[in-house]
Amino acid sequence: MHNLQIRQLISKTFFGMVCLFSFLSALPLVLILGYLLAKGVSALNWQFFCRMPQPLGEAGGGIANALLGSALLLAVAFALAVPLGLSLGIYLAENKKSRLADCARLAVEILQGVPSIVVGLVIYTWLVLPLKTFSALSGGAALALLMLPVIVRSTEETLRLIPLELKEAALALGVPYYRTILRVIVPSGLSGIVTGVLLSLARVAGETAPLLFTAFGNPFLSWRLDRPIESVPHLIFYYATSPYAEWHRLAWGASFVLVLSVLCLNLAAKFLTRRWRVQF
Amino acid sequence: MLRSLSLQTKENIFQQILAKSAFFVAAVLFLFFLTLLVKAWLAIWSNGFDFFTGAVWDPLTGVYGAFPLLFGTLLTSVLALLLTLPFALSIALFLGEFFRKGLAASALRSSVELLAGIPSVVYGFWALFVLVPLIRGLEITLGVVPLGVGVLAASLVLAIMIVPYAASLSAETIKLVPQDIREAAYSLGATRYEVVRRVILPHARSGICAAVLLALGRALGETMAVTMVIGNANKMPASLFDAGNTMASLIANELAEATDPLYVSSLMQVGLLLFLVSALINLAGRYVVKKFSVET
Repeated sequence: MHNLQIRQLISKTFFGMVCLFSFLSALPLVLILGYLLAKGVSALNWQFFCRMPQPLGEAGGGIANALLGSALLLAVAFALAVPLGLSLGIYLAENKKSRLADCARLAVEILQGVPSIVVGLVIYTWLVLPLKTFSALSGGAALALLMLPVIVRSTEETLRLIPLELKEAALALGVPYYRTILRVIVPSGLSGIVTGVLLSLARVAGETAPLLFTAFGNPFLSWRLDRPIESVPHLIFYYATSPYAEWHRLAWGASFVLVLSVLCLNLAAKFLTRRWRVQF
Repeated sequence: MLRSLSLQTKENIFQQILAKSAFFVAAVLFLFFLTLLVKAWLAIWSNGFDFFTGAVWDPLTGVYGAFPLLFGTLLTSVLALLLTLPFALSIALFLGEFFRKGLAASALRSSVELLAGIPSVVYGFWALFVLVPLIRGLEITLGVVPLGVGVLAASLVLAIMIVPYAASLSAETIKLVPQDIREAAYSLGATRYEVVRRVILPHARSGICAAVLLALGRALGETMAVTMVIGNANKMPASLFDAGNTMASLIANELAEATDPLYVSSLMQVGLLLFLVSALINLAGRYVVKKFSVET
């Protein structure tokens, strides 16, 4: 009897510890979000979104150049990564056993684990050195390389879940293979694919390391793909490590905006999976 | 124009595009590796084995010994992993075993997801303004040099960042433990703790190992948050409170100012090493999952 009580006690303590540790690990999140709210919201105003950074010492100013730059970089990355990712995802879902598929799958898996700074290093060699300038294009390419694995995997996994009967039915009706894929299989898995794309955007929206020596940063507004460009995460890094209080204020505002947009992307992805989920 | 093509041609083009994209991605990764290797070639020959053992990294005299960086990377990552493990395992048990549904579980699950979504530069910024002053205060009480930034700050922020990676995969594998063996253990009179200790953990071992490897890979390659709080001193850290540096953070700091070919090449060598280590960890994780998942 005595033994049993000890066992019960151990079990209860263990259970209590698990609960305690679980909720302790939510603590940093609360602290970070709270701090961001306290510091970031006060930095936000109309000027923040549409003005350029002011020269040091002058109050006011905004981060319009970084917002535009980030949008442009993400657009470039999207344009590069989505077609390739979708087509590879479809290929992997359709060819489960071929040797090429195994190679590509392995490549995607390794790519997913490559530290983002190393991606920056390689894109620097591929695009920045030959073009002799930092550019928005190279920044977008680096981000695309980071987006690719997420898109490929979500596409492959979604398409694999679609029942074979659907494909067989389409083929039996005489629909050519490519139309079966593009008009039957892909639309059935659209929610999963779109979710993957949104998640991949959320993943790279906050990446700074690969942009350090590709997009580089630019204190002026720029539209050009062949010139250095500012981005929100790079601006945060640059301003956060500076000694000026005014720049810190802008960086807190930018952090708040960045975290909020990443969260929105994540929420949108979650909402989509719930709303559009095709049940078979 | 597309309409005029015959069905057979369209079919061929489609198949070709799919296969080419697979070939393209495999080729990109291969070229990725090749680029790093070629760029690091000069340094590999010129630095020799001193790269791994040399304790001095001094671009001015052209001596590139990366041992302090390797040590710094390993130290911060392992420390972060040790700090993370109790929390990550607790979350995994909480979500995978004790509370699979309900308000508490979904709150915890969302908070872990949010934690994974915060960009690393924001972690670094927060750590620089909240964590570092706290550590500085601690250092003053302890009577060591109050740097604030250093190995401890970097490990702490890394630990927070990798919790989601270690937790979510572990929770998934714990969920996959068959219900029958759980019930069998309970019916034999095992307590909750004993079920977890004797049934769940052994069964989910492979998934948990893979999760730990994944988290380790993340920690080794993390750049921005670390570079902001580690102090960026290319020397052996004398204590946990001392400044140090990691491989990723070194590249981020020094590539832009590197002009000497050997200097650039040495940085590429660091990048190559980082790439190889992360690829190896990834493959190991894959192997672990494959090897042990057959048993169940």
